[in-house]
Amino acid sequence: MRLERRESVPLSLALLAPLGAVAAALLLAGGLIALAGVSPLRAYAEMARGALGSRLALTETLTRATPLVLTGLAAAVAFRARLWNIGAEGQLMLGALAVAWAGHSLLAGAPALLAIPLLMLLAMAVGALWLLGPVVLRLRLGVDEVVTTLLLNFVAILLVGLMVEGPLKDPTAFGWPQSVAIPRDLRLPDLVARSRLHVGVLLAVAAALLLWAAQSRTVWGAETRAAGLSPRAAAFAGVSIPRTLLGVAALSGGLAGLSGGVEVLGVTGYVTTTLSPGFGYAGIVVSMLAALHPLGVVLAATFVAAVFVGADAMGRALGVPSFMADVIVSLSLLSMLVALLLATHRVRR
Amino acid sequence: MSALDLLLSSSLWAAALRLATPLILGTLGALLCERAGVLNLGIEGIMTMGAMTAWLAVFSGADLWTGLLVGALCGALLGLLHAGLTVSLGLSQHVSGLGITLLGTALAAYLYRLWVTVGDLPPTITPFPNLDGLAAVPLLGPVLAGQSAPTLLALAFALLLAWVLARTPLGLAVRMTGESPHAAEAQGLRPGFIRVGAVVAGSALMALGGAFLTTAAFNSFVPGMVQGRGWICIALVVFASWRPLRALAGALLFALLDAYQLRLQVLVDGVPYQLFLMAPYLLSILALCLVARRARVPEALMRPYRKGER
Repeated sequence: MRLERRESVPLSLALLAPLGAVAAALLLAGGLIALAGVSPLRAYAEMARGALGSRLALTETLTRATPLVLTGLAAAVAFRARLWNIGAEGQLMLGALAVAWAGHSLLAGAPALLAIPLLMLLAMAVGALWLLGPVVLRLRLGVDEVVTTLLLNFVAILLVGLMVEGPLKDPTAFGWPQSVAIPRDLRLPDLVARSRLHVGVLLAVAAALLLWAAQSRTVWGAETRAAGLSPRAAAFAGVSIPRTLLGVAALSGGLAGLSGGVEVLGVTGYVTTTLSPGFGYAGIVVSMLAALHPLGVVLAATFVAAVFVGADAMGRALGVPSFMADVIVSLSLLSMLVALLLATHRVRR
Repeated sequence: MSALDLLLSSSLWAAALRLATPLILGTLGALLCERAGVLNLGIEGIMTMGAMTAWLAVFSGADLWTGLLVGALCGALLGLLHAGLTVSLGLSQHVSGLGITLLGTALAAYLYRLWVTVGDLPPTITPFPNLDGLAAVPLLGPVLAGQSAPTLLALAFALLLAWVLARTPLGLAVRMTGESPHAAEAQGLRPGFIRVGAVVAGSALMALGGAFLTTAAFNSFVPGMVQGRGWICIALVVFASWRPLRALAGALLFALLDAYQLRLQVLVDGVPYQLFLMAPYLLSILALCLVARRARVPEALMRPYRKGER
């Protein structure tokens, strides 16, 4: 018995793969929920209610999905070109730091219509720069970017800690290490009244649409795909691999930085070291569940956000540790890998 | 005490050896996997799982050595999962490894919260004692007396792995599988089998590195306590050019610098402590840059092997 690659993957299989993977992950996680002495069905019902069951739950899920769409896109665009950016977490934190810093100092008095776009660009620039370092090291010295981007995540969080306990520390926060809040009128407007949901979610969806259009309709899209599929063939066809990778890195790091900036502009108004509960790492799972497709990223991010919001509600209602969310998400990633293999191959006897 | 006196004090060297122990075990584990041709980025999660399960076993009444064994077995199980996905199914070693890390970290935190009630402070166990009897050893006495038994075990593992890889038929089979699985098969070996074995054994070593943290270095488990040590180990494997004794030396050098900066923190005033904490991560990146040009990577690293396919 052996596996043979399908020449083309039918749409039904491509859509079935993530659904099957999620079902398998929920089944496996169900066993772990049963260990807590709780019926898995009851737990999942509680999760669904907590994530989707009310207006508040729904807005909370979409609020959580916003940074996940952006980090998911950051991972998807990089992985497509075989650039292993595992540093979205650090890029996100630094994007957030840059917005928190410039928002309360440099651009504090500027009109919102000018300041907000500038702050977003700044977040993107900082995120991009943080990734360009490892990519230049790879291109110039051959240093593997997986390890360097991972290690830089720890450096970035320490850098945020240094700033919020030092120069940016809010003196009115009762000794709590958080930065001075940016002015109220630099915050993104709410999308739904009496909720945390802000217009950033529209921005994230727009980014996904733009990326999809760019990847499927432009020469740049074809070049990045070729660079990922076969660097040698792409180079032979006249694609400059270093230039392509640097461009992809700027975009990927920029998207991750933007997700941190939008989180500060839309949700918190300030930065702390605990701003992100692993949005950067969850973005990797989001991109894989979406099979690196930008529009799939939006759906996958909503699913992952629902798991996180739902698990909090389940934890409060049934006493199952809310770390269950991380278990479900990581199991989804592993089962998605297998599901993708089954979707793209057929079994030959 | 001046910065130079500090460097010559035996307490610094004792601290370095303690800090090096989880790195030695983790680096040896990652090295064994990679020598057989499999990158194991699950290391961070495997170390976390090893740390939690070993601690939990001891907390539930097992003795310390049984705790280490439990930790190693749980690490081996995660390794088996990684091997199944990457060797048997030939899936991306990068993504599978990251998945194992996310799973190991999540599972450890979930099971810990499930079985342990945490008050204001995490509950503790009685860790491995220091081997005070070794103070009588000439020259190295003061350094060895500050150590616990698992540190000696780690040193022994380094020598053992170096010997097995360089001098035994088993080591030759592992190296051959990492360089050219097809050649290995032509010699009548089973590359898939050898890779699975190397990943499982390597993962058990990684988990021991994590278990050292909770049963010897500290006495409690905190989610996130591995703090990137796994990634540092992956960097140290490259720094050591995939050789066990160099890995030992690299881990010791690294830990010495770490111990030195920890003590400098007390000596130097007015520098934010975060700058010191960044040092290990930046040093790892520097180490990678230094050796990247002349690194001799196992030829078939990250290439899945399918029988009869090129």
